[in-house]
Amino acid sequence: MAGAHGLALKRPSALPGFGLALGFALTYLGLIVLIPLAAMVLKAASLGFAGFWAITTDPRTLAALRLSLVTSLIAATINAVFGVIIAWVLIRYRFPGRRLLDAVIDLPFALPTAVAGIALTALYAPNGMIGSWLEPLGLKVAYSPIGITIALIFIGLPFVVRTVQPVLEEFDREIEEAAASLGAYRTQTIFRVILPALFPAILTGFGLALARAVGEYGSVIFIAGNIPFVSEIAPLLIVIRLEEFSYEQATAIGTAMLLISFALLFFVHLVQAWQRRRFGQ
Amino acid sequence: MSEAAIAPLLGSENRGAIVTTERWPVRALLIGVAVVFLLLFLLLPLLAVLVEAFRAGLGAYFRAITEPDALAAVRLTLLVAAIAVPANIVFGLAAAWAIAKFEFKGKSILNSLIDLPFSVSPVIAGLIYVLLFGAQGYFGPYLQSQGIQIVFALPGIVLATIFVTVPFVARELVPLMQEQGTQDEEASLSLGASGWKTFFRVTLPNVKWALLYGVILCNARAMGEFGAVSVVSGHIRGKTNTMPLHVEILYNEYNFAAAFAVASLLALLALVTLFIKVALEWRYAEQISASRRH
Repeated sequence: MAGAHGLALKRPSALPGFGLALGFALTYLGLIVLIPLAAMVLKAASLGFAGFWAITTDPRTLAALRLSLVTSLIAATINAVFGVIIAWVLIRYRFPGRRLLDAVIDLPFALPTAVAGIALTALYAPNGMIGSWLEPLGLKVAYSPIGITIALIFIGLPFVVRTVQPVLEEFDREIEEAAASLGAYRTQTIFRVILPALFPAILTGFGLALARAVGEYGSVIFIAGNIPFVSEIAPLLIVIRLEEFSYEQATAIGTAMLLISFALLFFVHLVQAWQRRRFGQ
Repeated sequence: MSEAAIAPLLGSENRGAIVTTERWPVRALLIGVAVVFLLLFLLLPLLAVLVEAFRAGLGAYFRAITEPDALAAVRLTLLVAAIAVPANIVFGLAAAWAIAKFEFKGKSILNSLIDLPFSVSPVIAGLIYVLLFGAQGYFGPYLQSQGIQIVFALPGIVLATIFVTVPFVARELVPLMQEQGTQDEEASLSLGASGWKTFFRVTLPNVKWALLYGVILCNARAMGEFGAVSVVSGHIRGKTNTMPLHVEILYNEYNFAAAFAVASLLALLALVTLFIKVALEWRYAEQISASRRH
């Protein structure tokens, strides 16, 4: 059955079940993911370009999209810097508590976003453990874009660490020895030999953290304060439009966000392809 | 400069030997930065959940987690995970079997489609089902005439949860099964075993730890999902509230101690998940996908 299924499409194999497995996987993906997403894009298309443009360039929508993108960019950049330092420390140094620290990295993947959201708010609110220290300094974290950025740092960190870690582990120490024996200072070796080799992985992690941050909802809405034009993120605006039964608005904003995510995903794939070509992996 | 010039004469560790690590003050500084960053951004929030949960005392804590609405939320969360996780296990096994054991056109497209839900906002994952099955949706009028409710009811919550957890099992199985190749299965088939028997007796035991790894991560996300479920749930107390939604409602009512009490159960789930994950990484490193070995 499977053999007749696709003479030209599939290489012959002794194993059975190709048709069943592929058929089930495609049907499942189609029904759960692809058709529902396509239905949203179709509905957005039915608004016409003018209608779609009018909604997405409405000042409140633009402000929300801009806020989501800017805070996500800042958070992903901070994660890229500290993520590399953390990956470096975990791979290169031996110190007590290292394995515990390594296990903690995945906490944001395991902790439900709503829990992270209320916990961060409790810490950074003006009367919170950290917020009460920052308040006298005139730094308002909770209920401001800074709070949003902190939540996005929380959820994005593991993406960078977990992408950089395996590449750093595989990195050939002989290249470092060669650089050092040719007279390079340690800083030269790090900045001109090691970091360039890690760069594609860092960029991939950055892209993944960014893509996740742009769509993030649960950990942000508690700490954001959700003031229109100031601290209202795009996913929240979708929820607000839905609650107002403005389905067209929700659809257009959702589709705009989907396009942004795809652009980011495409960027990550380009980097990965470039990485493969460059390092022959 | 001068230090570098005299170093070879002194046989100092800086220039005499080949240096492939940093000096100790730099090392200490970097370790310090990493530890402080992780304490501040990851561990402190976790600690805050526990501190806030018990702030009103043990009695209030147990009242909050045994109150009928909280118990209904726990039941719903368990039920949703009990449907969504097995569905994604079957999908993950089917997708991995097709991708890892066969060569066909469009394989890499299928492989990246599996990860698609990770780059879609959870809110959009909820929105698409409202647009399909809501009162104003494509199938809304038909469903209403048949008396079937999907959005603001269990089916919608399950669908949204499945959407956001689709990739978890598949992406653990695909790379491992690709690494393992097809020799074991070919041997089993040539000895006369049927396809299903080969799958259950050869393939499945080969990937069981990777499967468990994917399942616990899938389960953590399924039980903890907030955004997608929030959009399709309708927030009906005691009926369509999962645990994360119950936390939100309590929090928005300024019932902080109760909100954190329920949240502490979810934090416990996260800790158990991390514990099993790390245990699998240490104990069965060779039997989970290569990128997970530390």
